Amino acid sequence: MRRKRLLPTALHRLAILAYIAFALFPLYWLLKVSVTPNDLLYSEGVRLWPSHMTLDHFAFVLKHSDFPRFFQNSLIVSGSTAAIVTALASTSGYALSRFEFRAKYLIVALMLLTQMFPLVMLVAPIFKMLTPLKLTNSLAGLTLVYVAFNVPFATFLMQSFFDGIPKDLEEAAMIDGATRFKAFRQIILPLTLPGIAATLGFVFTAAWSELLFSLMLISGNQSATFPVGLLSFVSKFSVDFGQMMAAGVLALIPACLFFLLIQRYLVQGLTAGAVKG
Amino acid sequence: MASIGISGVRKSYAQFPVLHGVDLEIADGEFVVLVGPSGCGKSTLLRMIAGLEDITEGDISIAGTRVNDLDPKDRDIAMVFQSYALYPHMNVAGNMSYSLRLRRTAKDKIAGIVTAAARKLGLDPLMERRPRALSGGQRQRVAMGRAIVRQPKAFLFDEPLSNLDARLREQMRGEIKKLHQDLGATSIYVTHDQIEAMTLADRIVAMNAGLIQQVGTPLELYDRPANLFVAGFIGSPGMNVLTGRYEGQTADIARLVLDHGPAIPLGRAYPLTDGTPVSLGIRPEHLELSPAGGAGLAARIELVEPTGFGTILHLVTPGTSSIALKGFTLDRAAAGASREVSLGFPPERLHLFVEEKRVEPAS
Ligand SMILES: Nc1ncnc2c1ncn2[C@@H]1O[C@H](COP(=O)(O)OP(=O)(O)OP(=O)(O)O)[C@@H](O)[C@H]1O
Ligand SMILES: [Mg+2]
Repeated sequence: MRRKRLLPTALHRLAILAYIAFALFPLYWLLKVSVTPNDLLYSEGVRLWPSHMTLDHFAFVLKHSDFPRFFQNSLIVSGSTAAIVTALASTSGYALSRFEFRAKYLIVALMLLTQMFPLVMLVAPIFKMLTPLKLTNSLAGLTLVYVAFNVPFATFLMQSFFDGIPKDLEEAAMIDGATRFKAFRQIILPLTLPGIAATLGFVFTAAWSELLFSLMLISGNQSATFPVGLLSFVSKFSVDFGQMMAAGVLALIPACLFFLLIQRYLVQGLTAGAVKG
Repeated sequence: MASIGISGVRKSYAQFPVLHGVDLEIADGEFVVLVGPSGCGKSTLLRMIAGLEDITEGDISIAGTRVNDLDPKDRDIAMVFQSYALYPHMNVAGNMSYSLRLRRTAKDKIAGIVTAAARKLGLDPLMERRPRALSGGQRQRVAMGRAIVRQPKAFLFDEPLSNLDARLREQMRGEIKKLHQDLGATSIYVTHDQIEAMTLADRIVAMNAGLIQQVGTPLELYDRPANLFVAGFIGSPGMNVLTGRYEGQTADIARLVLDHGPAIPLGRAYPLTDGTPVSLGIRPEHLELSPAGGAGLAARIELVEPTGFGTILHLVTPGTSSIALKGFTLDRAAAGASREVSLGFPPERLHLFVEEKRVEPAS
């Protein structure tokens, strides 16, 4: 019996391992190139790790490039996008989950519709809209665009989390003497923390790595975000891979920290014991 | 504590009518049990009283005040849900004190009330636990505790015991009855369970298809069901119903001619014309069994179900169009003695229904 199951288990593990290796290899390569001295980059051929390491690229990126600014811009844009989208999506997701109202299905259809267009098609009209509002070349404008594009999906995501929470709970709270909003805040929201964490994480990473709109709406280094900044390492004549990769590694840090921060809420099962079972 | 008035209440879910006009007055301190088949609108009515559903038509008042447009929080009622609906992120003490905290009751006062309620329900050692670390019976108790900590105008229960096993249900039933005796709170209790309804209720409200069928004390519903629905719904095993035609205008000759031939003497005259189609009801425990060849209806025992307390007998009459009846006897020997029996119908135990409605004998 045990022997029979050994082989499938081993294959299963191997498959997972292969997948993880495949998924993480680019990250590994990023790290490897970022610590490879320039003179070894092309001379050593393909090696898994350079014969000696350097932190020069990191030092250069931090001291002599605009990178800290890009970084800060990205943090501001992604952080506020994540916060605003999650707040909006929580309330609208709750409404879709709990209320019946007249235009509900029309609104859902419209929200789905916004997800259907390739973004490239929308760049020109959005630029046209934002110019008279003086929102091009500004972090606020970029945040606005990111919020608009992320709200529909985040709303559906939050709705599915609210759908998983029994209606009885807020009804009990309302009978206990809470207003609907209080029941939402004190009973439902705490139980939706995993959903909120997932939404925050999803929106944050989406905004953090967005390139197209950032490239089109922002000109100049003052308000550029880091994906655009990465492109600045590509000059007419060469690509400074070492510095680019070092910047990339640095850019991973906030995303990692962010997930570290929210990961404990990503653990499901908080609602266990609410109703019978 | 307060009275509750329900008058002309209707409910439709988007054109689809669920309640078709419900009138009910519940006195201060009364314990009313709503019974009825699944989907008849019991929960809907309860939720309308709680303020969780809009009232399509009619009025509901609590303590003489119309509450149709009041939010649940302003109606000052407590409700125990079938699912218990405990707040998973609060411990037992937190669950029980939530309503008091919302009302900004002083901390030391809350502690006193919660401790007293916990003691009453035997929850003291569990106060720090989260709901997921409680057994079904303990969760049920917390749900009760949450309801009793503040003195609401009325308690609403929606099948609070249906998730418990039989033994625990029996125990909690007793505790609910005792709580009601202690607190004397107006209560409305929805259940499917016959015994819960019979034992707990001051009055039972039998509902079917969105209409109240009969309101009365448990024994009134048992002894004098107003129609065939109530007759069949109250009592377990259910009442036997035979169909036939009424004959005879005086007590000594009045009888029911069954559709398949034999006649049953009724012993009393009823205000009916000869030939009226009637249904005759008799409870299983009222059928009199005697050895075959007697004066009654001949029948054969098909199946014997001993319950320990008594014995349920499945009976069929012989012949081509045989009818099935159920009997119930406390006499274990009677069930085993013979397969062929004769069934007696004691006149004072008979229920006559014409077009579903009860008919009383002419006096
Ligand atoms: N939100 C709703 N939308 C449409 N119909 C509903 C809704 N809620 C309940 N109903 C319908 O109303 C009727 C009464 O439901 P209700 O829950 O009151 O039944 P019940 O008597 O409590 O049944 P049970 O004993 O199974 O709990 C049912 O036919 C049900 O399908
Ligand atoms: Mg129900």
